[in-house]
Amino acid sequence: MTCEEMLKALNAVIDDQSALAMCTEFAEHLAGCNPCQLVVDNIRKTIQLYKAGVPYPMPEAFQERFRTALKVRWKQKFPDATV
Amino acid sequence: MAVVSKTHDEPRAADDDLPLFRRAQTGDFAAFESLVAQLQGRVYGVAYRILGHAQDAEDVVQQTFLSVIEHIDGFRGESAVATWVMRIATNFSLKVLRKKRGLLTVPLDTADESFADVPHPQYIAEWRESAESHLDRAELRELLDRAIAELDDKYRVVFVLRDIDEMTTEETAEALGLSISNVKVRLLRARMQLRERLTRQLGDEATRVEPDHRH
Repeated sequence: MTCEEMLKALNAVIDDQSALAMCTEFAEHLAGCNPCQLVVDNIRKTIQLYKAGVPYPMPEAFQERFRTALKVRWKQKFPDATV
Repeated sequence: MAVVSKTHDEPRAADDDLPLFRRAQTGDFAAFESLVAQLQGRVYGVAYRILGHAQDAEDVVQQTFLSVIEHIDGFRGESAVATWVMRIATNFSLKVLRKKRGLLTVPLDTADESFADVPHPQYIAEWRESAESHLDRAELRELLDRAIAELDDKYRVVFVLRDIDEMTTEETAEALGLSISNVKVRLLRARMQLRERLTRQLGDEATRVEPDHRH
């Protein structure tokens, strides 16, 4: 397997740890190719950073406006409902 | 305009949101509010990452849940409630994106792309021990925000849905009207581009290796 072929298969390697176990060509290439090892590691860390990113809190002022809009629409949809 | 996507998912064994949703379908507003409380952060986060603008993300949150009320009778449980809601949110986010780009009637580019066109990595190095220790929290957030904002829309949307919101490839393809192979190519392009930008900031120069595309 070449680096070029590894590049095309990167998603499988990143998304599915078992892909390496199932495909000896992946595993052998990675074991002997430091640049590809680093690229895989960099991408995993990139995804981790975005997943762990600080949650974006919705502004308080919007929460109030949002809740009011939902109540109005709910009463239109369910005129007999208690809101 | 109807923005609710028809779903083709397999029936799911367990959907934690379904009991609340079923109560909401009978007109129980308290149940609906609980559901909103559970999902609004996820909707806001995805919309913010796609659009990069707080007020646009707020609009998407509001439009999404108003649309859920409008179509609440039409949900058949063919997908999880959260998946259905996220599809609606994605559609509204794309609509805002098109409007911002002045593309009112032109859909997101769906032309198939090839793995052969994916750029090779250029700057390859180990990251410093901890990204968080190298940059303070605000700097790291700014770096992440800037890098993702610099992605082409069509790559950013796929990365947000697949890697941040953890949709499956199939769900992402359906939500965006793309082929599965196109989702895979775009995801790889997004990952490679983000990796390149973050590694240039967070990589340890002492560990840098030259890419060797010949073997």
